[in-house]
Amino acid sequence: MNASVKPTPNPVYRKRLLGHRIGIALSVLAMAIGLAFLAWILWTLLANGLSAVSTLMFTGDTPAPGGEGGGLRNAIVGSLMMVGLSTLISTPVGILAGIYLAEYGATSRFGQVTRFVTDIMLSAPSIVIGLFVYALYVANAKHFSGYAGTIALSLIAIPVVVRTTDNMLRLVPNSLLEAAFALGAPRWKVAMLVRLRAVKAGVITGVLLALARISGETAPLLFTALNNQFYSTDMNAPLANLPVVIYQFAMSPYDDWRALAWGGALLVTFTVLFLNILSRTVFTQKTPR
Amino acid sequence: MSAQPSVAIDEPAETSAGIVDQQYAALRKTMRNQRIQDFLFHKITLLFAASVLLALLGIIVSLAIGAAPAFREFGASFITTVEWDPVDDKFGALIAIWGTVATSLIALLVAFPISFGIALFLTEICPARLRRPMGTAVELLAGVPSIIYGMWGLFVFAPLFADHVQPFLKETIGQLPVVGQLFQGPTMGIGILTAGLILAVMIIPFISSVMRDVFEIVPAVLKESAYGLGCTKWEVVRKVVLPYTRNGVVGGVMLGLGRALGETMAVTFVIGNAHELSWSLFSAGNSISSTLANEFAEAASPLHVSSLFALALILFGITFIVLSAAKLMLAGMSRKEGTK
Repeated sequence: MNASVKPTPNPVYRKRLLGHRIGIALSVLAMAIGLAFLAWILWTLLANGLSAVSTLMFTGDTPAPGGEGGGLRNAIVGSLMMVGLSTLISTPVGILAGIYLAEYGATSRFGQVTRFVTDIMLSAPSIVIGLFVYALYVANAKHFSGYAGTIALSLIAIPVVVRTTDNMLRLVPNSLLEAAFALGAPRWKVAMLVRLRAVKAGVITGVLLALARISGETAPLLFTALNNQFYSTDMNAPLANLPVVIYQFAMSPYDDWRALAWGGALLVTFTVLFLNILSRTVFTQKTPR
Repeated sequence: MSAQPSVAIDEPAETSAGIVDQQYAALRKTMRNQRIQDFLFHKITLLFAASVLLALLGIIVSLAIGAAPAFREFGASFITTVEWDPVDDKFGALIAIWGTVATSLIALLVAFPISFGIALFLTEICPARLRRPMGTAVELLAGVPSIIYGMWGLFVFAPLFADHVQPFLKETIGQLPVVGQLFQGPTMGIGILTAGLILAVMIIPFISSVMRDVFEIVPAVLKESAYGLGCTKWEVVRKVVLPYTRNGVVGGVMLGLGRALGETMAVTFVIGNAHELSWSLFSAGNSISSTLANEFAEAASPLHVSSLFALALILFGITFIVLSAAKLMLAGMSRKEGTK
């Protein structure tokens, strides 16, 4: 393959070399396609969304149909409330479940089944989870609410936290745990104060990833939190939220609404991508190993 | 841990025995407490782990209960019935199932080669310094929310696709005898093909990251012996890396398929939301998830609601099977990694 060496004019060799070059070129092309789509989407967002970003976007509420001006304040506040509460719920639940899987479920049948189910739930269609929460909560409460949206988002976030916590905990070397056991520490102390602490950065990564995942989720909120045209912080009533507002405004015939939708899309995407990148840097700064 | 550390040496012997007894009792108490704590710790974490299982069971049961009236009314023919008519209260799932399957298969056909190329590039070709940033960039595609793909697809991609790509496809592949039927009809930009292509972009990061992971576990010895025999890099990949990682690659593809099947918002934006069945991939259609997103909030008749639950149950069933298969294949792969 050394270019300076003149290859013998062997037809078989030349054919192989040609195959190699085509294969490699296609691979580079595939990478370029992947990056081009990312750049294209981000460029679209910047080109359409930047003009809508203004202080009004953060201070005004969603306008009435055909109404002038307005912003996304109610949607931003609603989204923050639901995503925040879901994080508060899913973090402890996910971490404790992950601890169980790593501590007691490494080889047991129950552990394997739970791990399997968690992986399925990670990729399960989010709209089905929305439907589930509708059947479970909204249909019984007889009204859409921010709480219902929070439950749906938590159900999506929990598997992410469980899986990362489990994976991270299993990276902790046994010798560290044995040292703690040898000092007479009970299992729960070893698990919480030694094992979990050793992979703190990894677990935070999981929480950030879960946060990124639920920040942009739209489908499960359609029949749970619904939407609210007005500013409201009542979690027990329909709550405005960015994704659903973006969906409704983008599909609307009004130019003002569409502009706001692009502004919201820009805000959501860059928040999510920022969280994604942040989770990576947190992890690489303190890799457990 | 609260036990006294040591006994003072210069104390008289008779009290020292008493202290030892006391220490022993204290130690036993501590150990009993710890055993109780550990028991509680075990059960509490078990409870949380079980909650994940419960959630899955809950989803299946609640969907089944919701879907029961529709299946009672239409029977198994619900799956093969084309008609979806909320006005007459007649419902069949075939159009939505076709939309879901067709868009996902298109996505796979397009995403598989590109993902393979990306994984190959990142593991074998890319300079080590660029590997991380480029890998991260591709994975960021997975971070972009579904709804953003929808907006981009509807307002940017679809118009370009209608003006430049679809007429071209119509004139070339569209003229072929059998396959041509798929590429006929008005070029609107939105429709099944567009939805499939956008799904392809969305699942590329998932497939390529799995492929990348499995490519990395191929033992260096295997690759080096192939290079030693004079193989080119492409031959090493084709004849050593791919056969070694076949199960992992298929698992990655299935994982991507599972994602594509359930994707909602992006598809809802670009599929056209028409309950029509047509051979043309240019025509507007409907997938299970887009039907749910569009109609569930407005469904009035109980049978309509129940039919939507039935659709959701079918979707969940299909995804469950696909994802389980993916999981099993990847599990075989990680066992290989263990024996490496």
